[in-house]
Amino acid sequence: MIEVAANLAIGMLALAMLLAAFRLWRGPDVLDRVLALDTLYIDALALLVVLGVRMNDAVYFEAALLIGLLGFVGTVALARYLLRGDIID
Amino acid sequence: MNRLLPWPLLSLVLWLTWLGLNNTVHPAHLALGAGIAVLLPLAIGRFLPELPRLGHPLVMLRLLVTVLGDIVVANLQVARRILGPESALKSAFVLVPLDLRHPLGIATLAGIVTLTPGTVSADLSDDGGSLLVHALHVDDEARLVRTIKQRYEAPLRAIFP
Amino acid sequence: MLGTLLDFVIAAMLVTGGAFALLGSIGLAKFGDFYRRLHGPTKATTLGVGSALIASALWFSTRGAGVSLHELLITLFLVLTAPVSAQQLARAARRRDATARQDDAG
Repeated sequence: MIEVAANLAIGMLALAMLLAAFRLWRGPDVLDRVLALDTLYIDALALLVVLGVRMNDAVYFEAALLIGLLGFVGTVALARYLLRGDIID
Repeated sequence: MNRLLPWPLLSLVLWLTWLGLNNTVHPAHLALGAGIAVLLPLAIGRFLPELPRLGHPLVMLRLLVTVLGDIVVANLQVARRILGPESALKSAFVLVPLDLRHPLGIATLAGIVTLTPGTVSADLSDDGGSLLVHALHVDDEARLVRTIKQRYEAPLRAIFP
Repeated sequence: MLGTLLDFVIAAMLVTGGAFALLGSIGLAKFGDFYRRLHGPTKATTLGVGSALIASALWFSTRGAGVSLHELLITLFLVLTAPVSAQQLARAARRRDATARQDDAG
């Protein structure tokens, strides 16, 4: 049962990432693309967590943790750059 | 106590984070984590802001339960709005005047507003007196403001005096 | 019996997580206004990733290797960071709109 549920979740997450990628491609503005990247990394994180359950391997989790840490820094840095034209103030 | 652990809460969080990262309660990691939890705050202490005295653990717990419940309920409502036609949406920016003064309290309120789906806190006025909230769908703006103030701001005012 | 119930809860959490992440992305792809699109990722973060992490914590805690609590770490981290990114993006968007209005007027 869990295997079926995990496969279903993986399918939905992949679709979610495709939709986010569509927004990344489409834009129309830089901010939309940053938002799409933000969504993309959160979905990727969830995908890795589900894959970890599906494969019964805790190693996937470490990757999810790294994506969580780096994705946030990336989004905020980009947003701040667009806000002020500078990252550190 | 105060010389060795000037920030007991920070030390506790650091210790738990260390154990969480290693996902273990092995005695060696308990000791190593405790060492880090004591030494790190001592090393960076000069750069830390003064933490407020937080009270009312019961109010905190009740707020946490309220927020978790609201996240689930609001998610279901927003799910319907997303699947429905976009033309039926009435999105709006709503200005929420704040009685909360503590910066950490305001930050927490802004975080709660964003995490409960359907509302995103967009900006804080320069004097810190009001929070600009974007609502995905709002029928009655005054009621939204009242809800935010009563459900979240009131307990936060008790926690951050 | 208890094992079956637990499996059911884990399975339900996995599907819920995937479904809400998908809903968030549908909102992101569908809505025509930036501020509306901003609501999508916050949804995906809270219930989507939250459910997946609960499922993972339950799964690895019951595999005999002891309690698995590091999922809490990611949950906590996302709860702390998601509002910050959303707010920074909203501020940048408002700034962009304000500049656009000025350009129109001038």
